[in-house]
Amino acid sequence: MKKIITKKILNEHNISSKEYNMILNIMGREPNILELGIFSVMWSEHCSYKSTKKWLKTLPISNDKVICGPGENAGIIDIGNNDAIIFKMESHNHPSFIEPYQGAATGVGGIMRDVFTMGARPIANLNSLRFGDPKNKKTKNLLRGVVKGIGDYGNCVGIPTVGGECFFHKSYNNNILVNAMSVGLVKKNKIFYATAKGVGNPIIYVGAKTGRDGIHGATMASAEFTDDSEKQRPQVQVGDPFVEKLLLESCLELMNQDVIVAIQDMGAAGLTSSSFEMASKGDCGVDLFLDKVPCREKEMIPYEMMLSETQERMLMIIKPEKRKETYKIFKKWGLEAVEIGKLTNTNKMNLYFNKELVGTLPIKPLADSAPEYDRPSSKPKRLKKKKAIKKIISKEKLKKVLITILSSPNHSSKSWIFNQYDSSVMGDTIFASEMADAAVIRIHNSKKAISITSDCNPIYCKADPKLGAEIAVAESWRNLISTGADPIAITDNLNFGNPEKKEIMYEIKQAIKGIKKACEELNYPVVSGNVSLYNETKGKAILPTPVIGGVGLIKNLNYRKGFKMNEKSFIYLVGKSKGHLDLSVFNQHLNIKGGNPPKVNFTEEINNGNFVKKLIQKTKIIDGCHDISEGGVALALAELCIANKMGMKINFLKNKKQPEKILFCEDQSRYILIVNNKKTFESLARNDGISFQKIGIVGGKYLDFESQFKITVKKLLKTNSKWFKNYLR
Amino acid sequence: MQKKKKISIIVFPGSNCDRDLMIATEKCLGLKPKVIWHNETHIKHSNMILIPGGFSFGDYLRAGTIATKSPAIKEVIRLSGKGVPIIGICNGFQILTECGLLKGALIKNTKQLFKCENVYIKVVNNKTNFTNFFSSTEVLKMPIAHSQGNYFLNKDQIKEIRDNEQIIFKYSSKFGDVSRENNPNGSVDNIAGITNKEKNVLGLMPHPERAIDEFTSCDGIKFFENLKNLL
Repeated sequence: MKKIITKKILNEHNISSKEYNMILNIMGREPNILELGIFSVMWSEHCSYKSTKKWLKTLPISNDKVICGPGENAGIIDIGNNDAIIFKMESHNHPSFIEPYQGAATGVGGIMRDVFTMGARPIANLNSLRFGDPKNKKTKNLLRGVVKGIGDYGNCVGIPTVGGECFFHKSYNNNILVNAMSVGLVKKNKIFYATAKGVGNPIIYVGAKTGRDGIHGATMASAEFTDDSEKQRPQVQVGDPFVEKLLLESCLELMNQDVIVAIQDMGAAGLTSSSFEMASKGDCGVDLFLDKVPCREKEMIPYEMMLSETQERMLMIIKPEKRKETYKIFKKWGLEAVEIGKLTNTNKMNLYFNKELVGTLPIKPLADSAPEYDRPSSKPKRLKKKKAIKKIISKEKLKKVLITILSSPNHSSKSWIFNQYDSSVMGDTIFASEMADAAVIRIHNSKKAISITSDCNPIYCKADPKLGAEIAVAESWRNLISTGADPIAITDNLNFGNPEKKEIMYEIKQAIKGIKKACEELNYPVVSGNVSLYNETKGKAILPTPVIGGVGLIKNLNYRKGFKMNEKSFIYLVGKSKGHLDLSVFNQHLNIKGGNPPKVNFTEEINNGNFVKKLIQKTKIIDGCHDISEGGVALALAELCIANKMGMKINFLKNKKQPEKILFCEDQSRYILIVNNKKTFESLARNDGISFQKIGIVGGKYLDFESQFKITVKKLLKTNSKWFKNYLR
Repeated sequence: MQKKKKISIIVFPGSNCDRDLMIATEKCLGLKPKVIWHNETHIKHSNMILIPGGFSFGDYLRAGTIATKSPAIKEVIRLSGKGVPIIGICNGFQILTECGLLKGALIKNTKQLFKCENVYIKVVNNKTNFTNFFSSTEVLKMPIAHSQGNYFLNKDQIKEIRDNEQIIFKYSSKFGDVSRENNPNGSVDNIAGITNKEKNVLGLMPHPERAIDEFTSCDGIKFFENLKNLL
């Protein structure tokens, strides 16, 4: 018999010859094209985590608040009173570069489905964005398209978009990053999982009709871009937020009744992964009758139906006696629900089309024996680096640097972006972007709130992936602390280049080690996540970008803090400053390269954090709080002035040598506290053995660094708000 | 004994401020609205009808257009003729202009972008039933969130609604200055909210239902308290 599967076909499916041998072993025969297609998406990097699984397994995934860690659609944490928070971050990098509007929109749609498929109503979205050099000709349109895509989708569904990041660097010129995070609220006893149960139970398909969009999207996201990658546009899915809204409301309505056995959204790898995952978790078999699948286009074949990534679709297993109720609810919302199959005890996926068996695959072996690689790694040469050179800086220059930083793309106000997002719908947004270190969202009808943040400094990660990742975790923890929250857990979105290259694999392994270390130290586990590899074009990879999304709990909203300052309050710096300028924003602006990121001393981190948290949660002496990160004390203070349209006198710089070190160093574990009671503060700090320094007082029209330089608040505001406006004019 | 008053809220597929509006009326007026699904043909015993914000039917045509074909809107039009007070917020305002109960159109914001931020609106007519608890210089703070909130009318029509005192809210500064700098979307004359000639139908773009606690602004509470007049 002639072989159907040729080398060319395997290449098209991104399956190596070694993997193909595994397939032959599992199947005991040559697969047909449909079956091969299914293997290719299930075993794609995107779905199988084959290059990172070995390392991801080492991450801490539980503490006393974790209800469900990685492996389900999203992670779940307990926030008391039968409330739980479900959250996850996911990338949509490759599609967003090819078609920014739809790529970003569907990224938001996909992550919200991951959350509501578990029974939670999404209550907040965030997004972490990375674009290329603003001077690159593609950047402007990518930025416009991505922001509009995120906005139009979330705004229409009616979920507030409350925070995130946006960072520009030339390494993202041809590989932008769009990481979307969604956070949902659910009652603990109303959580739905994707575990199929009950032989004979019907499998219901609901939502948008299947089209030819997104076929091989998961495979696309598992390969480097080449010159003709933009030709992959047809592989990008198209989003319909209106259908998403209908799906959200109808699913939540159905979940209130005793109908659903298991439910899973059709995300990456569509019908294939949703049916396989549910069946595999429940040790079931599945019969699917593909002629029943609602199709948007004519003459679609089983291969296309199984691999399509059409958005806004759900697959659910229901109790057989509840068909009528199910159809009734979906009909009310104008959605088509169709029974496309049933659970069996065969442990196999049998695919029928026009009464003919067109494919049969063993479920467990396919899901469980997906390849797992321990890819070789080696330390990149660049990491044996030179020390940063020192420069002598004049006072005038210091002022200029601060102004340049404030008006630079990465540290300008992002209001052009976040004003396009509805941040106030649902009526529970307490702090959105640029009002506090983290977004704060009230738990509806209660005094509780959650704090949410996303963080990563890729410049640090490039210089030292392990330390950079530690800092990303620590900073997210610190951001939550600054609002008065108890940090609980994180989701991670690991964005890297091609893992088949040793130096990239080194970055990945080191970054995971860094996350592991920081999570363990801070008792701040990883409950969900996503890996996006092959962010690389023509051999050039992005900066290693492990984005950390953190969630914490504020037990009493009356004790939450943002950037607030009151006139005449005292400004304190908490934590030890050691003058670490290497890789700082300051050095970047002076074009001083080299050196290492600052070290994180976790004992200090925890002590300082717990102290700040205690002051916010238990006293009334704090007006506001801001952690110190990129740009050091100077940028933190400028941001406070901008947020309050109020000045301050900073008076700890007199007769200090190298004031740039004091103002711009980026040592970790530090906070600015605005304190209204000096005596109480100082005695509490001394009691707890915390290093602190009184650095100034709030008030006036200037950000006044006494004996150095001063800038009017008006000028700060103007400087900080102009870049985006000019760029996107 | 006085009969308990009833408020109805019309919900379309794609409405997304219905919950917020229900919470606001419960909190500020002590009344839980009855939900009217868009395809209901009768709205019975209603002392007031609210049309919430959102993206009715996805708003893939001009915002609010498809919703005007709903049976419930036909009923709203009938009841408005009988003097029942009707309030449309954001998408609700768009629906009211599209169905002809209110004059003018809400077109794309001048910058073509969705805009969400806190704004100030000045009460420019406190002599309607919707506003007569307000002082004549009242300024309210509340969020806007829309991409099609640019209120448009031609010059003659503007004169007409001005003469009839149909303009109710205007975008302003914190201190009540109505100027171009305080116009978030390009609306003619800074108009943020208007009524019909009979003053029983009100439409506004800002969201009072999102300003009902100390965390954002309490000014929405004042808006709802004014409605006590009508109940």
